[in-house]
Amino acid sequence: MKKELQVAALENGTVIDHIPSNKLFDVVNLLHLQKMTTPVTIGYNLESQKMGCKGIIKVADKFFNPEEMSRLSVIAKNMQLIIIKNYEVVEKINVDIPDQLKGIVRCSNPKCICNNEPMSTHFHVTDKVRGIIKCHYCEKEQVLEKVQLI
Amino acid sequence: MKTRSLVTIADTSKEKIMYLLEMAHEFEKNTNRKILDGKVVATLFFEPSTRTRLSFETAANRLGARVIGFADPKITSGTKGETLKDTIMMVSNYADIICMRHYLEGAARYASEIAPIPIVNAGDGANQHPSQTLLDLYTIYQTQGTLENLNIYMVGDLKYGRTVHSLLMAMRHFNPFFHFIAPDELKMPEEYKEYCEQQGIKYKEHKEFNAEIIKDADILYMTRVQKERFTDLMEYERVKDVYILKKEMLKDTKDNMKILHPLPRVNEIAYDVDEDPKAYYFQQAKNGLYARQAIICDCLGLTIDDVKNDPTILK
Repeated sequence: MKKELQVAALENGTVIDHIPSNKLFDVVNLLHLQKMTTPVTIGYNLESQKMGCKGIIKVADKFFNPEEMSRLSVIAKNMQLIIIKNYEVVEKINVDIPDQLKGIVRCSNPKCICNNEPMSTHFHVTDKVRGIIKCHYCEKEQVLEKVQLI
Repeated sequence: MKTRSLVTIADTSKEKIMYLLEMAHEFEKNTNRKILDGKVVATLFFEPSTRTRLSFETAANRLGARVIGFADPKITSGTKGETLKDTIMMVSNYADIICMRHYLEGAARYASEIAPIPIVNAGDGANQHPSQTLLDLYTIYQTQGTLENLNIYMVGDLKYGRTVHSLLMAMRHFNPFFHFIAPDELKMPEEYKEYCEQQGIKYKEHKEFNAEIIKDADILYMTRVQKERFTDLMEYERVKDVYILKKEMLKDTKDNMKILHPLPRVNEIAYDVDEDPKAYYFQQAKNGLYARQAIICDCLGLTIDDVKNDPTILK
């Protein structure tokens, strides 16, 4: 049986694939896609052999910079960015957690200075596999999945 | 801006620790000097701590520096809504170095990143208190002649006690064997036990506190069991008298054994222990003066040679 494409193909732009369904709208918010003026296609609860259920986002005429990609890495592991130019896949990038996160997530320690001063947060990623980050200021270790995005 | 601040001792190298201890030893030999003549040291205590503040201010005064600052945050602009950054930037215009205590964790780290002058962390919430750690290390070195291969017994509140956590991390260079003696509620947190395992530090946990358990100790590091840490007050009543050091518990301990305590103590060391030569907590507090003199001078860019060949020593 022929498998149908559930979302239309893209001429130029970026496909964000393998988004866990429950994280889809976090990705939308994080990348401020609601403010985009070019066409954005959002697929939600699509079938996936690997994940069971996934989200996919296609953004026309948009190529993300490394800072935006590191923001993405905070939401979920194993997401993939597919760069499309002239209907062809030119690059596939696995979103990887950077060594440091600055101004992306909030410290969960209410007694941390970064929650009490007008300043940027700063974390060191201490365990990429388990997603453990350590606040540069209060030195508390935190689990990436549970931290709040700024 | 890169300055020589001291925010934590957890990532300080073995060489640097030994260097600071050597400098502290010079200050123990000659405490009163004019080496900081013309310097202004600010002590900013956003959280009151009489003991630590007096120690820092004495350290500065005995080296000839002048001291400005505040002991009570209620009289500062913080209560008017001024940010920490503004206070630090303002004081940086007046002083050569800032020694600060703050109730928020990471405050000293942040201050060290924005201030054009060195910051010395005199305690940031439950996080770090490096001058306490340095004086603990100095006291251990002074009483044992070495920091290597010692049996260090930590007793009492090992969960919230930041002094035991910092000491544990700073001792990683010296192959210690730790014994953690605490009730379940206050036992050493998993993250520090994991740290020991990662660093290859040997440790053993105990719930009992008696003469038999401590007989191999080189250092007995006592801490206060605080009532407010307990959710279950019946549990507090049950354990509060278990972790008290009594004079008769010392009779089989090693000759070189010394009892340390970051102070203040409440009832965890019986008062008749004070007369025992193994009681060392008051000398330990005195060592805070030398350790802080070393910290202030090092942060101000003075070297061990400057301190050794100091022409300003007052005889």
